[in-house]
Amino acid sequence: MKKTKGISKWSTGDKITLSLMMLPFLAVFVLFMIVPVISSLVLSFTEYDMINAPKFSGLKNYFRMFIEDKVFMIAIKNTLMFAVVTGPVGFMLSFMLAWMINELSPTVRTVLSFLFYSPALMGNVYFIWQVMFSGDSYGYVNSLLLSLNVISEPIQWFNDARYAMTLVIIVQLWMSMGVSFLANISGLQNVDVALYEAGAIDGIRNRWQELWYITMPSMSNILLFSAVMQIQSSFSVSTIATTLTGFPSVNYSTHTIVTHLSDVSSTRFEMGYAAALSVFLFALMAVTRIVIGKLIDSTGK
Amino acid sequence: MKKQTARYKRFTRSRFGNAVYSIILILAGLFTIIPLIYSVVTSFKPLDELLAFPPRFFVVRPTFKNYIALPELLSNLEVPLSRYVMNTLFVTVSITVLQVLVSSMAAFVTCQVKNRWTKLFFMLVQFALLYNGTTLAVPQYLIFAKIGIIDTYWAYILPALASTMGVFLIKQFMESNVPEVLIEAARIDGAGAGRIFWRLVMPLSKPAWLTLTLFSFQSAWTATGGNLIFSESLKTLPSVMGSVVSSGLARSGSAMAVTVLMMIPPVLIYMATQSNVLETMSSAGIKD
Repeated sequence: MKKTKGISKWSTGDKITLSLMMLPFLAVFVLFMIVPVISSLVLSFTEYDMINAPKFSGLKNYFRMFIEDKVFMIAIKNTLMFAVVTGPVGFMLSFMLAWMINELSPTVRTVLSFLFYSPALMGNVYFIWQVMFSGDSYGYVNSLLLSLNVISEPIQWFNDARYAMTLVIIVQLWMSMGVSFLANISGLQNVDVALYEAGAIDGIRNRWQELWYITMPSMSNILLFSAVMQIQSSFSVSTIATTLTGFPSVNYSTHTIVTHLSDVSSTRFEMGYAAALSVFLFALMAVTRIVIGKLIDSTGK
Repeated sequence: MKKQTARYKRFTRSRFGNAVYSIILILAGLFTIIPLIYSVVTSFKPLDELLAFPPRFFVVRPTFKNYIALPELLSNLEVPLSRYVMNTLFVTVSITVLQVLVSSMAAFVTCQVKNRWTKLFFMLVQFALLYNGTTLAVPQYLIFAKIGIIDTYWAYILPALASTMGVFLIKQFMESNVPEVLIEAARIDGAGAGRIFWRLVMPLSKPAWLTLTLFSFQSAWTATGGNLIFSESLKTLPSVMGSVVSSGLARSGSAMAVTVLMMIPPVLIYMATQSNVLETMSSAGIKD
């Protein structure tokens, strides 16, 4: 649709129709996306308990976040840990698996795509991991390790600060083959074969060079989309963590910014402070998004 | 053409590499599928196998008892099971239908009207892809409380409609798959914007909105309402599932039976829409 000459071609009646068509989405978008973001920005400078009117408190919430709130520091550390591990690893995994199955026959590709996408289809089935890693000797993993004499007594997987984080990361990775994976598959299928042939003539030796110099640059837009999807899920790990390791987790070992947020807001009703935490999280995600955009832009150079 | 491709492929692929790949793929496939196999297998285990020590992964004497016990198990709840089923169906269908409609209309307008406002709008849509319900929960909660939709069906539906994924996917698809000349031609024939949208653009963008149907269904199907729904009569199956799931080892067979049953609809929709999804995703790039 490159030759569009603007709205002028539409009649007045059509303009009204078009505006009406825009209205429903615009209304929910503004009300549930834009207003929440702006209101958190405003409320982050206040004290607000949902009963009394918000009281302006300047930067107090932000000072509290970085200076007084010890648990928040743990939450940042854990969130970054999740994001740094599950984000890039999940992104690469979803890309690599898509890349690997791309050359297989269509039937095998369809079956494997289904397998890899199935965790996303199964919704909130991740509690199954809890059964497998159950803390008593009925748990499959414990039972297996006991019978192999690797351990002498069952490990409390999810209640042990040493393992909880790793396990939640594994489950998050298991869930991560979502939209981004499907986007990667279709992106790969649409890379022009002629480019590969030209590359082979120009001296591309192996699949790694091909991946870096041809595949990735020619699907950079799709890569950015799937990266955005990964950022979205890896920064907002919370339900998985609280379902598997409980709330609060032992020594806050899987406490993330989002878990902290819901603690501050729905149990303590400190909405001003919660708003400041959201603003921080939004900013963190936006910065990550910009950095990744730059990184993807630099592939093949 | 095909032959050339095949010959060239052999050139950049080593046999060793292919072997390594197959192993990785098999391991990854196993890793993703084990929970699924586990839930199916366990749902057919009789009680003594569920309690067997040491636990066995596979079922020896399969039984349907866990499935048969479900209705009774689930109707001991405060509200009849049918109510939860109806709630789930109502919420899922409304979200899916409304989201497809609302997002497609907005995508169509964004495609057709190019001015600085729609450009700004689409920029915001792209940016908002970063944020999901979880990250926005707190500020959204304040809005819900203000407009009084907490503990109503709207609490499920409205926030789901605000997801920008749909507008993004459909708009990108329309840009690259609906030829402008067709729209011009329809206009010359005297068709209005509404007619063009419904009779021409929607049929042509079927893969895109079928894709959204899948994603929308998938998330609506598992929606529990979280802290926005208190009344038992408004709750959905996933929240009921939670109560069965947490009722111990002896009930784990039934818990898995519920899980397996709940998995069927999204899997069927995935199978029906899968090829459309891939077609749609190829135009889903973000230009930075």
